[in-house]
Amino acid sequence: MKGEVLGDLGLHMVAEDNVVTAIDDLEAGDEIPYDGGAIELAEDIPFGHKIALVALEPDDTVRKYGEPIGQATEAIAPGEWVHTHNIESKRGRGDVDAAEEEVA
Amino acid sequence: MASFEGYERPVGPAGVRNYVAVLPTSVAASPVADEIADRAGENVRSTPHQMGGDPPDAAREQIERTLAGAGTNPNVGAALVVSLGTETVDADRVANDVADAGRDVETLSVREAGGTTAAVEAGAELASDLWGEIAEIPRVECDASELRFGVECGGSDATSGIAANPSVGAACDGLVKDGGTATFSETPEFIGAEHILSDRCADEDVRERLLDYVDQRESTAELMGVDLRGAQPSPGNQEGGLTTIEEKSLGAISKGGTSPVQGIVDYAEQLPVGGGLVLMDTPGYDVESVVGKVAGGCQVVAFTTGRGSTTGNPLAPVIKVTGNPQTADRLSNNMDVDASTVFDGESIDSVGERIYQTLLAVASGQQTAAELRRLEEFAINELQPNELRELRGNI
Repeated sequence: MKGEVLGDLGLHMVAEDNVVTAIDDLEAGDEIPYDGGAIELAEDIPFGHKIALVALEPDDTVRKYGEPIGQATEAIAPGEWVHTHNIESKRGRGDVDAAEEEVA
Repeated sequence: MASFEGYERPVGPAGVRNYVAVLPTSVAASPVADEIADRAGENVRSTPHQMGGDPPDAAREQIERTLAGAGTNPNVGAALVVSLGTETVDADRVANDVADAGRDVETLSVREAGGTTAAVEAGAELASDLWGEIAEIPRVECDASELRFGVECGGSDATSGIAANPSVGAACDGLVKDGGTATFSETPEFIGAEHILSDRCADEDVRERLLDYVDQRESTAELMGVDLRGAQPSPGNQEGGLTTIEEKSLGAISKGGTSPVQGIVDYAEQLPVGGGLVLMDTPGYDVESVVGKVAGGCQVVAFTTGRGSTTGNPLAPVIKVTGNPQTADRLSNNMDVDASTVFDGESIDSVGERIYQTLLAVASGQQTAAELRRLEEFAINELQPNELRELRGNI
Protein backbone atom coordinates (compact mmCIF):
# COMPACT_ATOMS: atom_id res chain seq x y z
CA MET A 1 0.00 0.00 0.00
CA LYS A 2 1.31 3.44 -0.88
CA GLY A 3 1.33 5.96 1.93
CA GLU A 4 1.75 5.58 5.68
CA VAL A 5 -0.58 3.55 7.89
CA LEU A 6 -1.31 5.42 11.12
CA GLY A 7 -1.95 3.12 14.09
CA ASP A 8 -3.52 0.38 11.90
CA LEU A 9 -6.58 2.69 11.59
CA GLY A 10 -5.94 5.24 8.87
CA LEU A 11 -4.04 5.48 5.58
CA HIS A 12 -2.19 8.76 5.06
CA MET A 13 -1.54 8.66 1.31
CA VAL A 14 0.97 11.54 1.13
CA ALA A 15 2.64 13.48 3.97
CA GLU A 16 1.00 16.83 3.03
CA ASP A 17 -2.55 15.39 2.96
CA ASN A 18 -4.83 16.98 5.57
CA VAL A 19 -7.17 13.98 5.62
CA VAL A 20 -6.63 10.30 6.37
CA THR A 21 -8.68 7.33 5.04
CA ALA A 22 -10.19 4.86 7.52
CA ILE A 23 -8.95 1.34 6.76
CA ASP A 24 -11.42 -0.27 9.18
CA ASP A 25 -14.84 0.65 10.53
CA LEU A 26 -13.79 3.13 13.23
CA GLU A 27 -15.68 4.32 16.29
CA ALA A 28 -16.01 7.64 18.07
CA GLY A 29 -13.20 7.95 20.58
CA ASP A 30 -10.69 5.89 18.56
CA GLU A 31 -7.33 7.64 18.46
CA ILE A 32 -5.21 7.96 15.32
CA PRO A 33 -1.57 8.75 16.03
CA TYR A 34 -0.46 11.83 14.05
CA ASP A 35 2.36 14.34 14.25
CA GLY A 36 3.61 13.19 17.66
CA GLY A 37 0.14 13.31 19.20
CA ALA A 38 -3.20 11.65 18.52
CA ILE A 39 -6.40 12.64 16.69
CA GLU A 40 -9.51 11.53 18.58
CA LEU A 41 -12.47 10.63 16.39
CA ALA A 42 -15.52 12.79 16.98
CA GLU A 43 -17.89 10.24 15.44
CA ASP A 44 -18.03 6.74 13.95
CA ILE A 45 -16.25 6.60 10.57
CA PRO A 46 -16.98 3.79 8.10
CA PHE A 47 -14.23 1.94 6.21
CA GLY A 48 -12.97 3.99 3.26
CA HIS A 49 -14.21 7.35 4.53
CA LYS A 50 -12.03 10.32 5.44
CA ILE A 51 -11.11 12.06 8.69
CA ALA A 52 -9.66 15.55 9.12
CA LEU A 53 -6.14 15.53 10.56
CA VAL A 54 -5.99 19.30 11.05
CA ALA A 55 -8.50 22.11 11.59
CA LEU A 56 -9.99 23.31 8.31
CA GLU A 57 -11.70 26.65 7.68
CA PRO A 58 -14.39 27.29 5.05
CA ASP A 59 -12.81 27.42 1.54
CA ASP A 60 -9.67 25.61 2.73
CA THR A 61 -8.42 23.10 0.17
CA VAL A 62 -8.76 19.45 1.17
CA ARG A 63 -5.84 17.30 -0.02
CA LYS A 64 -5.61 13.54 -0.66
CA TYR A 65 -2.99 11.83 -2.86
CA GLY A 66 -1.15 15.15 -2.36
CA GLU A 67 -3.72 16.81 -4.66
CA PRO A 68 -6.78 19.05 -4.12
CA ILE A 69 -10.01 17.02 -3.93
CA GLY A 70 -12.36 19.88 -2.97
CA GLN A 71 -12.94 22.76 -0.60
CA ALA A 72 -14.35 22.88 2.92
CA THR A 73 -17.83 24.44 3.08
CA GLU A 74 -17.71 24.86 6.88
CA ALA A 75 -15.18 24.71 9.71
CA ILE A 76 -13.99 21.14 10.28
CA ALA A 77 -12.18 20.09 13.47
CA PRO A 78 -9.46 17.42 13.62
CA GLY A 79 -11.09 14.00 14.09
CA GLU A 80 -14.29 14.94 12.22
CA TRP A 81 -15.68 12.99 9.27
CA VAL A 82 -14.90 14.72 5.95
CA HIS A 83 -17.46 14.02 3.22
CA THR A 84 -20.16 15.56 1.01
CA HIS A 85 -21.77 17.37 3.96
CA ASN A 86 -18.75 19.55 4.63
CA ILE A 87 -16.62 19.68 1.47
CA GLU A 88 -17.51 20.19 -2.18
CA SER A 89 -16.08 19.84 -5.64
CA LYS A 90 -15.32 22.87 -7.79
CA ARG A 91 -15.43 20.93 -11.07
CA GLY A 92 -18.24 20.19 -13.53
CA ARG A 93 -20.52 22.65 -11.72
CA GLY A 94 -23.01 23.59 -14.44
CA ASP A 95 -25.45 24.40 -11.62
CA VAL A 96 -23.20 27.21 -10.36
CA ASP A 97 -22.80 28.66 -13.86
CA ALA A 98 -26.57 28.52 -14.41
CA ALA A 99 -27.24 30.25 -11.06
CA GLU A 100 -24.70 32.98 -11.89
CA GLU A 101 -26.38 33.59 -15.24
CA GLU A 102 -29.76 34.01 -13.53
CA VAL A 103 -28.31 36.56 -11.11
CA ALA A 104 -26.72 38.46 -14.00
CA MET B 1 9.79 -12.71 -23.19
CA ALA B 2 6.19 -12.76 -22.01
CA SER B 3 3.90 -14.67 -24.35
CA PHE B 4 0.44 -16.17 -24.69
CA GLU B 5 -1.23 -18.85 -26.79
CA GLY B 6 -3.43 -17.02 -29.27
CA TYR B 7 -5.16 -17.24 -32.65
CA GLU B 8 -3.26 -15.69 -35.55
CA ARG B 9 -5.34 -13.49 -37.88
CA PRO B 10 -4.81 -12.63 -41.56
CA VAL B 11 -4.53 -8.94 -40.64
CA GLY B 12 -3.57 -7.45 -37.29
CA PRO B 13 -2.56 -8.97 -33.98
CA ALA B 14 -3.57 -12.38 -32.62
CA GLY B 15 -6.85 -13.03 -30.84
CA VAL B 16 -7.30 -14.58 -27.42
CA ARG B 17 -10.69 -16.07 -28.33
CA ASN B 18 -12.00 -17.46 -31.63
CA TYR B 19 -15.53 -16.26 -32.21
CA VAL B 20 -18.01 -15.62 -34.98
CA ALA B 21 -19.57 -12.21 -34.18
CA VAL B 22 -23.22 -11.57 -35.07
CA LEU B 23 -23.53 -7.79 -35.38
CA PRO B 24 -27.00 -6.19 -35.53
CA THR B 25 -27.15 -2.74 -37.13
CA SER B 26 -30.09 -1.57 -34.96
CA VAL B 27 -32.25 -2.37 -31.97
CA ALA B 28 -34.73 -4.00 -34.36
CA ALA B 29 -32.13 -6.47 -35.62
CA SER B 30 -30.80 -7.21 -32.12
CA PRO B 31 -33.24 -9.94 -31.01
CA VAL B 32 -32.71 -11.69 -34.35
CA ALA B 33 -28.93 -11.55 -33.82
CA ASP B 34 -29.35 -12.95 -30.30
CA GLU B 35 -31.46 -15.83 -31.51
CA ILE B 36 -29.02 -16.64 -34.31
CA ALA B 37 -26.14 -16.74 -31.81
CA ASP B 38 -28.14 -18.92 -29.41
CA ARG B 39 -28.88 -21.43 -32.13
CA ALA B 40 -25.44 -21.48 -33.71
CA GLY B 41 -23.50 -22.52 -30.61
CA GLU B 42 -21.24 -21.08 -27.94
CA ASN B 43 -18.52 -19.84 -30.33
CA VAL B 44 -21.00 -17.51 -32.00
CA ARG B 45 -21.52 -14.27 -30.05
CA SER B 46 -24.06 -11.50 -30.65
CA THR B 47 -23.68 -7.82 -29.80
CA PRO B 48 -27.27 -6.60 -29.20
CA HIS B 49 -27.73 -2.86 -28.59
CA GLN B 50 -30.37 -0.13 -28.32
CA MET B 51 -29.44 2.13 -31.24
CA GLY B 52 -32.20 3.18 -33.61
CA GLY B 53 -31.91 2.61 -37.34
CA ASP B 54 -31.87 6.21 -38.57
CA PRO B 55 -29.70 8.34 -36.26
CA PRO B 56 -28.12 11.74 -37.04
CA ASP B 57 -24.97 11.53 -39.20
CA ALA B 58 -22.35 11.82 -36.45
CA ALA B 59 -24.20 9.28 -34.30
CA ARG B 60 -24.54 6.91 -37.25
CA GLU B 61 -20.82 7.21 -37.92
CA GLN B 62 -20.10 6.26 -34.30
CA ILE B 63 -22.44 3.24 -34.44
CA GLU B 64 -20.86 2.00 -37.68
CA ARG B 65 -17.35 2.55 -36.30
CA THR B 66 -18.22 0.62 -33.13
CA LEU B 67 -19.78 -2.32 -35.00
CA ALA B 68 -16.90 -2.46 -37.50
CA GLY B 69 -14.46 -2.35 -34.58
CA ALA B 70 -16.27 -5.20 -32.87
CA GLY B 71 -16.22 -7.21 -36.10
CA THR B 72 -12.49 -6.69 -36.59
CA ASN B 73 -11.48 -7.28 -32.97
CA PRO B 74 -8.70 -9.91 -32.99
CA ASN B 75 -10.98 -12.25 -31.00
CA VAL B 76 -13.34 -12.38 -33.98
CA GLY B 77 -12.46 -14.77 -36.80
CA ALA B 78 -15.58 -14.18 -38.92
CA ALA B 79 -18.73 -12.08 -38.73
CA LEU B 80 -22.37 -11.92 -39.77
CA VAL B 81 -23.95 -8.45 -40.05
CA VAL B 82 -27.72 -8.50 -39.46
CA SER B 83 -30.06 -5.64 -40.39
CA LEU B 84 -33.80 -5.18 -40.49
CA GLY B 85 -33.21 -3.69 -43.92
CA THR B 86 -34.57 -0.16 -43.42
CA GLU B 87 -31.65 1.29 -41.42
CA THR B 88 -29.43 4.11 -42.58
CA VAL B 89 -26.73 2.47 -40.46
CA ASP B 90 -24.80 0.86 -43.30
CA ALA B 91 -24.47 -2.93 -42.97
CA ASP B 92 -22.26 -3.03 -46.07
CA ARG B 93 -19.80 -0.53 -44.63
CA VAL B 94 -19.48 -2.65 -41.50
CA ALA B 95 -19.12 -5.83 -43.57
CA ASN B 96 -16.52 -4.23 -45.86
CA ASP B 97 -14.39 -3.22 -42.88
CA VAL B 98 -14.53 -6.79 -41.59
CA ALA B 99 -13.59 -8.13 -45.04
CA ASP B 100 -10.69 -5.65 -45.26
CA ALA B 101 -9.36 -7.23 -42.06
CA GLY B 102 -9.15 -10.55 -43.89
CA ARG B 103 -12.15 -12.13 -42.18
CA ASP B 104 -15.00 -14.02 -43.82
CA VAL B 105 -18.18 -11.98 -43.50
CA GLU B 106 -21.82 -12.33 -44.51
CA THR B 107 -24.77 -9.92 -44.39
CA LEU B 108 -28.40 -10.75 -43.74
CA SER B 109 -31.49 -8.52 -44.08
CA VAL B 110 -34.64 -9.52 -42.20
CA ARG B 111 -36.77 -7.88 -44.91
CA GLU B 112 -35.05 -9.73 -47.72
CA ALA B 113 -35.00 -13.01 -45.84
CA GLY B 114 -38.78 -12.88 -45.49
CA GLY B 115 -39.25 -11.98 -41.85
CA THR B 116 -37.69 -12.81 -38.51
CA THR B 117 -38.36 -16.57 -38.51
CA ALA B 118 -36.78 -17.05 -41.90
CA ALA B 119 -33.94 -14.69 -40.98
CA VAL B 120 -33.12 -16.62 -37.82
CA GLU B 121 -33.03 -19.89 -39.76
CA ALA B 122 -30.88 -18.47 -42.55
CA GLY B 123 -28.67 -16.61 -40.07
CA ALA B 124 -28.04 -19.67 -37.90
CA GLU B 125 -26.95 -21.58 -40.99
CA LEU B 126 -24.68 -18.74 -42.17
CA ALA B 127 -23.14 -18.41 -38.69
CA SER B 128 -22.56 -22.17 -38.43
CA ASP B 129 -20.86 -22.15 -41.84
CA LEU B 130 -18.68 -19.20 -40.80
CA TRP B 131 -17.72 -21.08 -37.64
CA GLY B 132 -16.78 -24.07 -39.78
CA GLU B 133 -14.28 -21.85 -41.63
CA ILE B 134 -12.41 -20.85 -38.44
CA ALA B 135 -12.99 -23.80 -36.10
CA GLU B 136 -9.68 -25.45 -36.92
CA ILE B 137 -7.46 -22.43 -36.31
CA PRO B 138 -4.97 -23.58 -33.66
CA ARG B 139 -3.63 -21.62 -30.72
CA VAL B 140 0.03 -20.74 -31.26
CA GLU B 141 2.59 -18.93 -29.16
CA CYS B 142 2.33 -15.16 -29.59
CA ASP B 143 4.35 -12.32 -28.13
CA ALA B 144 2.70 -10.29 -25.38
CA SER B 145 3.43 -7.16 -27.44
CA GLU B 146 0.45 -8.16 -29.64
CA LEU B 147 -1.91 -7.50 -26.75
CA ARG B 148 -4.07 -4.40 -26.39
CA PHE B 149 -5.21 -4.43 -22.77
CA GLY B 150 -8.19 -2.28 -21.79
CA VAL B 151 -8.67 -1.23 -18.18
CA GLU B 152 -11.92 -0.03 -16.71
CA CYS B 153 -13.36 0.73 -13.31
CA GLY B 154 -16.96 0.55 -12.14
CA GLY B 155 -18.66 0.64 -8.79
CA SER B 156 -15.64 2.47 -7.40
CA ASP B 157 -15.08 3.13 -3.72
CA ALA B 158 -12.17 4.32 -1.62
CA THR B 159 -10.39 0.97 -2.05
CA SER B 160 -10.27 1.44 -5.84
CA GLY B 161 -7.65 4.17 -5.68
CA ILE B 162 -5.75 2.53 -2.84
CA ALA B 163 -5.57 -1.13 -3.92
CA ALA B 164 -7.24 -2.35 -7.14
CA ASN B 165 -6.42 0.53 -9.51
CA PRO B 166 -2.71 0.94 -8.71
CA SER B 167 -2.32 -2.86 -8.88
CA VAL B 168 -3.90 -3.01 -12.35
CA GLY B 169 -1.70 -0.01 -13.18
CA ALA B 170 1.37 -2.05 -12.24
CA ALA B 171 0.19 -4.78 -14.65
CA CYS B 172 -0.22 -2.11 -17.38
CA ASP B 173 3.33 -0.93 -16.73
CA GLY B 174 4.48 -4.55 -17.13
CA LEU B 175 2.71 -4.96 -20.47
CA VAL B 176 3.96 -1.60 -21.77
CA LYS B 177 7.51 -2.61 -20.80
CA ASP B 178 7.00 -5.84 -22.77
CA GLY B 179 5.97 -3.83 -25.84
CA GLY B 180 2.17 -4.01 -25.68
CA THR B 181 -0.62 -1.44 -25.51
CA ALA B 182 -2.56 -0.54 -22.38
CA THR B 183 -5.53 1.78 -22.50
CA PHE B 184 -7.95 3.39 -20.10
CA SER B 185 -10.81 5.81 -20.74
CA GLU B 186 -13.86 7.31 -18.96
CA THR B 187 -12.97 10.95 -19.64
CA PRO B 188 -15.30 12.40 -16.95
CA GLU B 189 -13.02 10.59 -14.50
CA PHE B 190 -9.99 12.54 -15.70
CA ILE B 191 -11.58 15.74 -14.26
CA GLY B 192 -9.45 16.91 -11.37
CA ALA B 193 -6.53 14.66 -12.35
CA GLU B 194 -5.92 15.91 -15.89
CA HIS B 195 -2.90 17.96 -14.79
CA ILE B 196 -1.14 14.73 -13.76
CA LEU B 197 -1.99 13.00 -17.05
CA SER B 198 -1.07 16.05 -19.12
CA ASP B 199 2.37 16.19 -17.44
CA ARG B 200 2.86 12.61 -18.64
CA CYS B 201 1.87 13.22 -22.26
CA ALA B 202 4.55 12.27 -24.77
CA ASP B 203 4.23 15.51 -26.73
CA GLU B 204 2.36 18.81 -26.97
CA ASP B 205 -0.18 17.53 -29.50
CA VAL B 206 -1.31 14.68 -27.24
CA ARG B 207 -1.46 17.08 -24.28
CA GLU B 208 -3.67 19.56 -26.16
CA ARG B 209 -6.05 16.88 -27.37
CA LEU B 210 -6.31 15.32 -23.90
CA LEU B 211 -7.21 18.66 -22.29
CA ASP B 212 -9.67 19.35 -25.12
CA TYR B 213 -11.49 16.05 -24.52
CA VAL B 214 -11.71 16.82 -20.77
CA ASP B 215 -13.05 20.32 -21.51
CA GLN B 216 -15.72 18.84 -23.77
CA ARG B 217 -16.90 16.42 -21.08
CA GLU B 218 -16.89 19.07 -18.37
CA SER B 219 -18.67 21.61 -20.57
CA THR B 220 -21.40 19.07 -21.31
CA ALA B 221 -22.43 19.47 -17.66
CA GLU B 222 -22.12 23.22 -17.98
CA LEU B 223 -24.17 23.29 -21.20
CA MET B 224 -26.99 21.45 -19.52
CA GLY B 225 -26.83 23.68 -16.44
CA VAL B 226 -26.39 20.65 -14.22
CA ASP B 227 -24.01 19.63 -11.52
CA LEU B 228 -21.78 16.60 -12.03
CA ARG B 229 -22.23 15.91 -8.32
CA GLY B 230 -24.84 13.23 -7.77
CA ALA B 231 -23.68 11.41 -10.90
CA GLN B 232 -19.95 11.91 -10.46
CA PRO B 233 -19.26 10.53 -7.96
CA SER B 234 -22.42 8.40 -7.96
CA PRO B 235 -24.44 7.82 -4.77
CA GLY B 236 -22.80 4.38 -4.52
CA ASN B 237 -19.33 5.87 -4.92
CA GLN B 238 -20.19 8.34 -2.16
CA GLU B 239 -21.39 5.62 0.18
CA GLY B 240 -18.05 3.93 -0.47
CA GLY B 241 -16.18 6.99 0.76
CA LEU B 242 -15.58 8.97 -2.44
CA THR B 243 -16.62 12.59 -1.90
CA THR B 244 -15.79 14.54 -5.08
CA ILE B 245 -15.05 13.91 -8.77
CA GLU B 246 -11.47 15.07 -8.14
CA GLU B 247 -10.98 12.36 -5.51
CA LYS B 248 -12.56 9.72 -7.75
CA SER B 249 -10.42 10.77 -10.74
CA LEU B 250 -7.17 10.78 -8.77
CA GLY B 251 -7.87 7.17 -7.80
CA ALA B 252 -9.15 6.22 -11.24
CA ILE B 253 -6.13 7.31 -13.29
CA SER B 254 -3.81 5.04 -11.30
CA LYS B 255 -5.31 2.03 -13.12
CA GLY B 256 -3.33 2.99 -16.23
CA GLY B 257 0.01 2.80 -14.45
CA THR B 258 2.81 5.32 -14.68
CA SER B 259 3.93 5.16 -18.33
CA PRO B 260 3.99 8.20 -20.61
CA VAL B 261 0.67 8.91 -22.37
CA GLN B 262 1.50 8.21 -26.03
CA GLY B 263 -1.85 9.20 -27.51
CA ILE B 264 -5.60 9.62 -27.10
CA VAL B 265 -8.22 8.28 -29.52
CA ASP B 266 -11.94 8.79 -30.06
CA TYR B 267 -14.64 6.43 -28.80
CA ALA B 268 -14.22 3.02 -30.54
CA GLU B 269 -11.37 4.33 -32.71
CA GLN B 270 -8.60 1.81 -33.45
CA LEU B 271 -5.87 1.67 -30.80
CA PRO B 272 -2.30 1.24 -32.00
CA VAL B 273 -0.56 -2.15 -31.59
CA GLY B 274 2.64 -1.90 -29.57
CA GLY B 275 1.60 1.61 -28.67
CA GLY B 276 2.39 1.90 -24.96
CA LEU B 277 -0.20 3.68 -22.82
CA VAL B 278 -2.93 5.25 -25.00
CA LEU B 279 -6.13 6.85 -23.68
CA MET B 280 -9.61 6.69 -25.21
CA ASP B 281 -12.37 9.30 -24.89
CA THR B 282 -15.43 7.49 -23.52
CA PRO B 283 -18.30 8.26 -21.15
CA GLY B 284 -18.15 7.04 -17.56
CA TYR B 285 -20.88 4.43 -18.11
CA ASP B 286 -18.84 1.26 -17.81
CA VAL B 287 -20.61 -1.03 -20.32
CA GLU B 288 -20.38 1.57 -23.11
CA SER B 289 -16.82 2.32 -22.13
CA VAL B 290 -15.73 -1.36 -22.23
CA VAL B 291 -17.40 -1.74 -25.63
CA GLY B 292 -15.53 1.32 -26.93
CA LYS B 293 -12.21 -0.27 -25.99
CA VAL B 294 -13.12 -3.71 -27.37
CA ALA B 295 -14.16 -2.01 -30.63
CA GLY B 296 -10.79 -0.22 -30.47
CA GLY B 297 -9.10 -3.63 -30.58
CA CYS B 298 -8.62 -4.67 -26.94
CA GLN B 299 -8.48 -8.48 -26.70
CA VAL B 300 -8.68 -8.51 -22.87
CA VAL B 301 -10.14 -6.09 -20.33
CA ALA B 302 -9.40 -5.72 -16.62
CA PHE B 303 -12.26 -4.23 -14.65
CA THR B 304 -11.69 -2.97 -11.12
CA THR B 305 -14.56 -2.64 -8.69
CA GLY B 306 -14.85 -1.74 -5.04
CA ARG B 307 -18.57 -2.05 -4.39
CA GLY B 308 -19.04 -4.91 -6.82
CA SER B 309 -19.71 -5.28 -10.52
CA THR B 310 -20.43 -8.46 -12.46
CA THR B 311 -20.37 -7.11 -16.01
CA GLY B 312 -18.63 -8.85 -18.92
CA ASN B 313 -18.46 -8.56 -22.70
CA PRO B 314 -19.49 -10.93 -25.51
CA LEU B 315 -16.20 -10.69 -27.43
CA ALA B 316 -13.45 -10.03 -24.88
CA PRO B 317 -12.75 -11.69 -21.54
CA VAL B 318 -13.16 -9.28 -18.62
CA ILE B 319 -10.93 -9.87 -15.59
CA LYS B 320 -12.57 -8.64 -12.38
CA VAL B 321 -10.29 -7.15 -9.73
CA THR B 322 -11.48 -5.89 -6.36
CA GLY B 323 -9.59 -4.13 -3.60
CA ASN B 324 -12.51 -4.25 -1.17
CA PRO B 325 -12.23 -7.12 1.35
CA GLN B 326 -16.03 -7.35 1.76
CA THR B 327 -16.59 -7.54 -2.01
CA ALA B 328 -13.78 -10.08 -2.36
CA ASP B 329 -15.72 -12.22 0.11
CA ARG B 330 -19.36 -11.61 -0.87
CA LEU B 331 -18.85 -11.61 -4.64
CA SER B 332 -16.01 -14.14 -4.77
CA ASN B 333 -17.83 -16.06 -7.55
CA ASN B 334 -17.72 -12.97 -9.77
CA MET B 335 -14.13 -11.89 -9.01
CA ASP B 336 -10.92 -13.10 -10.66
CA VAL B 337 -8.23 -11.30 -8.66
CA ASP B 338 -8.35 -10.30 -5.00
CA ALA B 339 -6.36 -7.08 -4.56
CA SER B 340 -7.69 -6.46 -1.04
CA THR B 341 -4.58 -8.33 0.16
CA VAL B 342 -2.94 -4.91 -0.16
CA PHE B 343 -4.61 -4.08 3.16
CA ASP B 344 -2.90 -7.13 4.70
CA GLY B 345 0.51 -6.02 3.51
CA GLU B 346 0.92 -7.48 -0.01
CA SER B 347 2.75 -4.94 -2.17
CA ILE B 348 1.11 -3.23 -5.15
CA ASP B 349 3.88 -4.65 -7.37
CA SER B 350 3.17 -8.17 -6.16
CA VAL B 351 -0.59 -7.87 -6.86
CA GLY B 352 0.27 -6.24 -10.20
CA GLU B 353 2.41 -9.26 -11.12
CA ARG B 354 -0.50 -11.59 -10.23
CA ILE B 355 -2.77 -9.52 -12.51
CA TYR B 356 -0.23 -9.62 -15.36
CA GLN B 357 0.08 -13.42 -15.04
CA THR B 358 -3.73 -13.65 -14.99
CA LEU B 359 -3.83 -11.52 -18.17
CA LEU B 360 -1.46 -13.94 -19.95
CA ALA B 361 -3.35 -17.01 -18.66
CA VAL B 362 -6.72 -15.56 -19.72
CA ALA B 363 -5.22 -14.60 -23.10
CA SER B 364 -4.18 -18.24 -23.47
CA GLY B 365 -7.70 -19.51 -22.85
CA GLN B 366 -8.35 -19.50 -19.10
CA GLN B 367 -11.97 -18.44 -18.60
CA THR B 368 -12.87 -15.47 -16.41
CA ALA B 369 -15.69 -15.46 -13.87
CA ALA B 370 -17.85 -13.39 -16.26
CA GLU B 371 -17.17 -15.78 -19.17
CA LEU B 372 -18.02 -18.86 -17.12
CA ARG B 373 -21.37 -17.25 -16.31
CA ARG B 374 -21.91 -15.90 -19.85
CA LEU B 375 -22.25 -12.32 -18.60
CA GLU B 376 -21.99 -10.42 -21.89
CA GLU B 377 -23.32 -6.87 -21.69
CA PHE B 378 -23.02 -4.75 -24.83
CA ALA B 379 -24.02 -1.11 -25.32
CA ILE B 380 -22.93 1.54 -27.82
CA ASN B 381 -22.43 5.11 -26.66
CA GLU B 382 -25.13 7.29 -28.20
CA LEU B 383 -24.18 10.87 -28.95
CA GLN B 384 -26.76 13.20 -27.43
CA PRO B 385 -28.31 16.01 -29.51
CA ASN B 386 -26.57 18.72 -27.49
CA GLU B 387 -23.23 16.94 -27.90
CA LEU B 388 -23.84 16.65 -31.62
CA ARG B 389 -24.77 20.31 -31.96
CA GLU B 390 -22.44 22.02 -29.53
CA LEU B 391 -19.44 19.74 -29.44
CA ARG B 392 -19.24 18.00 -32.78
CA GLY B 393 -20.62 20.72 -34.99
CA ASN B 394 -22.87 18.54 -37.11
CA ILE B 395 -26.21 16.87 -36.62
